[in-house]
Amino acid sequence: MSSTAHETAHGHGVDQKQFGFWIYLMSDLIIFAVLFATFAVMSGHFAGGPGPKALFDVPYLFLETMFLLVSSVTYGLAVLSLQAGKRSAVVWRLLITFVLGLGFVAMEVNEFSQLIGEGFGPDKSAFLSAFFTLVATHGFHVSCGLLWMATLIVQVWRKGLTAGVESRLLRLSLFWHFLDIVWVGVFSFVYLVGLV
Amino acid sequence: MFGRLNWDQFQLKDPFLLAATIGMPIVLIAVVVLLAYFKKWGYLWREWFTTVDHKKIGIMYILVGLGMMVRGVAEVLMMRAQQSIAMGDAQGFLAPDKYAELFSVHGTIMIIFVAMPIMIGLMNIAIPLQIGARDVAYPALNSISLWLTISSALLVMASLVIGSFSTSGWTGIAPFFEKQFSPGTGVDYWTWALQISGVGTTLTGINFFVTILRLRAPGMKLMKMPMFTWTSLTTTVLIILSFPALTVALLLLSLDRYLGMHFFTNDLGGVVMLYNNIFWMWGHPEVYILVLPAFGIFSEVVATFSRKKLFGYESLVYATAVIAILSFTVWLHHFFTMGNDTSVNIAFGIATMIIAIPTGVKLFDWLFTMYRGRIQFSTPMYWTMGFMVLFGIGGMTGVLMAVPPIDYMVHNSVFLVAHFHNVIIPGVLFGYFAGMIYWFPKSLGIKIDETWGKVAFWCWTIGFPTAFFPLYALGLMGMPRRISHYDDPTWQPLLIVAGIGALIITAGLVLFAVQGWKTVKDRKKNADTTGDPWNGRTLEWSMASPPPVYNFAVIPHVEERDDFWEKKEKGTAYQRPEKYSDIHLPKNIPYGVYIGVASFLFGFAMIFYIWWLAILGVLGVIVTLILSGNNDDTEFVFPAEEVKRIEDAHYERLAAAGVLSGTSTTTLEHKHE
Repeated sequence: MSSTAHETAHGHGVDQKQFGFWIYLMSDLIIFAVLFATFAVMSGHFAGGPGPKALFDVPYLFLETMFLLVSSVTYGLAVLSLQAGKRSAVVWRLLITFVLGLGFVAMEVNEFSQLIGEGFGPDKSAFLSAFFTLVATHGFHVSCGLLWMATLIVQVWRKGLTAGVESRLLRLSLFWHFLDIVWVGVFSFVYLVGLV
Repeated sequence: MFGRLNWDQFQLKDPFLLAATIGMPIVLIAVVVLLAYFKKWGYLWREWFTTVDHKKIGIMYILVGLGMMVRGVAEVLMMRAQQSIAMGDAQGFLAPDKYAELFSVHGTIMIIFVAMPIMIGLMNIAIPLQIGARDVAYPALNSISLWLTISSALLVMASLVIGSFSTSGWTGIAPFFEKQFSPGTGVDYWTWALQISGVGTTLTGINFFVTILRLRAPGMKLMKMPMFTWTSLTTTVLIILSFPALTVALLLLSLDRYLGMHFFTNDLGGVVMLYNNIFWMWGHPEVYILVLPAFGIFSEVVATFSRKKLFGYESLVYATAVIAILSFTVWLHHFFTMGNDTSVNIAFGIATMIIAIPTGVKLFDWLFTMYRGRIQFSTPMYWTMGFMVLFGIGGMTGVLMAVPPIDYMVHNSVFLVAHFHNVIIPGVLFGYFAGMIYWFPKSLGIKIDETWGKVAFWCWTIGFPTAFFPLYALGLMGMPRRISHYDDPTWQPLLIVAGIGALIITAGLVLFAVQGWKTVKDRKKNADTTGDPWNGRTLEWSMASPPPVYNFAVIPHVEERDDFWEKKEKGTAYQRPEKYSDIHLPKNIPYGVYIGVASFLFGFAMIFYIWWLAILGVLGVIVTLILSGNNDDTEFVFPAEEVKRIEDAHYERLAAAGVLSGTSTTTLEHKHE
């Protein structure tokens, strides 16, 4: 930190915002940690209802997972275009990311509605409550990310790659990759372990 | 259209609540009309509601805390009166459910809406000044946090008039708070008020964590930070790590209540004790979140008024860190009686007892700071010494209860009530009182009246043991907590004594108002013209009181701990810079108010099942976030000439006060003693 940076109240704006956002992500991660712990406690509490084997369709979930993982790659590509200063490439790559993310959420909503339709809603057993809550909390985060992405696409399109827009794009990038990692945890501990 | 909101929800039958139902709207309308009549709305909006200045945000936080404290104390008086009379055939004036509502709302208010806002207010006022910064890391976020706190406090106030508050304690009782047993609005008021204020607090935690780590003046290494900054940094870490657990506990409860899920229910696989585990993973660190900044305040006060360097600075830092880590290892002592394995109880019991060691280190550090100091018995020092004596007793009863077999004897008795009030009132509240008086001249430019402050101190310090020591005895006699009626005549005399103690404490609270009135009356005489009324040690005393909007005309270069004191000793304090430069400052923003209003509407709508309004509230938050996220115009330039004009005026006042003649501390000392 140089003394000249201190002459303005917020001289190191971009860097400082990234740092704070990291701290927020760590705090958010604890929300997921507590939800994972809750799921672990509830994992045998079927209350006479169905267990993981009866509920989860692995090929479907694998496809769903691929949507999210590939969207992380395309977001990474968008950041590369951002660093190269190619505005239209940023917009296109973000649009592809958005569509992939939307596909993930749509598949999750479809999975949920099928389960509820079959009578296996979150109110049937503690296990189902914990399952729906953990997965839906992740899905809610992804949906928030999509909303954020939509506003940023508009910002890139209208304002160009200004310092403010760049800072926001990089923070959303952190958020998006973070959700990817959490999903790997969900997929492994909820779906795969449940089937073992 | 209006969900379960109907005329029956308005409190019109109970005489106390009827007064509130009629009184609160009248007072509100009167305030709105009066402000409009005196054309103050524009001023309030521009200078206060939309401000991002941490000094003003701090003052607003403290006003929220003090306002809520009035309600919290009113509830105390009602509960103490009830327990003084409701023995045997006498039923008292409060029905059991009203009594349960009172203790629930009392705990919620005192912890979440009194202690937290005052603590965050003091952090706002002091920390940027102590570390040589011009603002917090995220000024806009700071405003949003404030308004989330205000809107959740308003939700709690609304529960007085419309519907009713929870009856399951401030910590929640599983599974009693499930919809099956508590179908009314109460539990929902509690969850949404806590949830909204919790979001605000988490954001504040992140904000101050980054502020302290990133915005310190050059040369201020971590080990040169003032102790209040250190303890606040530790508190922000605790906030960031523990508040998510509260968020989840409340979320799962809401899912149970709104969507019929089964986390904490008795049936279909729900686990009742899971709630207690998750809640206390937040709840126990929370008490350290409250008390650590108070410890920091005591450290500042003791050093300043003993005219000595803080004894064992490094041991205080490490003790603070150890307390923070241990605070995550003891949550189970809140339910030793759950039926755990003995070895589990022993592990948590030992961890709990260990916390007494770093706390003891702190107490001795303060005592050794006072040893051979030239102690000036100012009001903050009074509170500090009162704290040391009373908190010592409270801490020891805590160690007693850390022994699981003893806890089995006194669990859920008023012994516990006596214990936690005995640590929270002298530890947290006395600390915040000391801090408010200590930084009052810095924040408002007037020294607070000391005479009435000391009388108020004695009321609290005599009233406190009178009110709570009988509860230790009653607890050992077997009196459970949270009862509105009893049949054992031997309890009554002690409960009457406790009631008298509560009255003495209330007198202390009233005397604060007298103190405030006296301070305003003598504001000319008590004006703080130098900015350094206590002969302080840290950077916040190096600028004018109240500080200019930019805090520091030139960011200081820090060389020592207690940098300002050292510079006064060397005669290099108050050096004028060769020239001033333009300063970039954050612009005011309306987003905090918008988000506050939207989240209030959302919370209220969720409590009363008014779904369209809830959606509107969420949309309000989203639209505001999109607007603020699109806003690049966040700073303005404060011109160098204006800085020079303000600083020149300050130096004239300093010269008039005789501070600049030689700038030695002896002249200052002379002036103050």
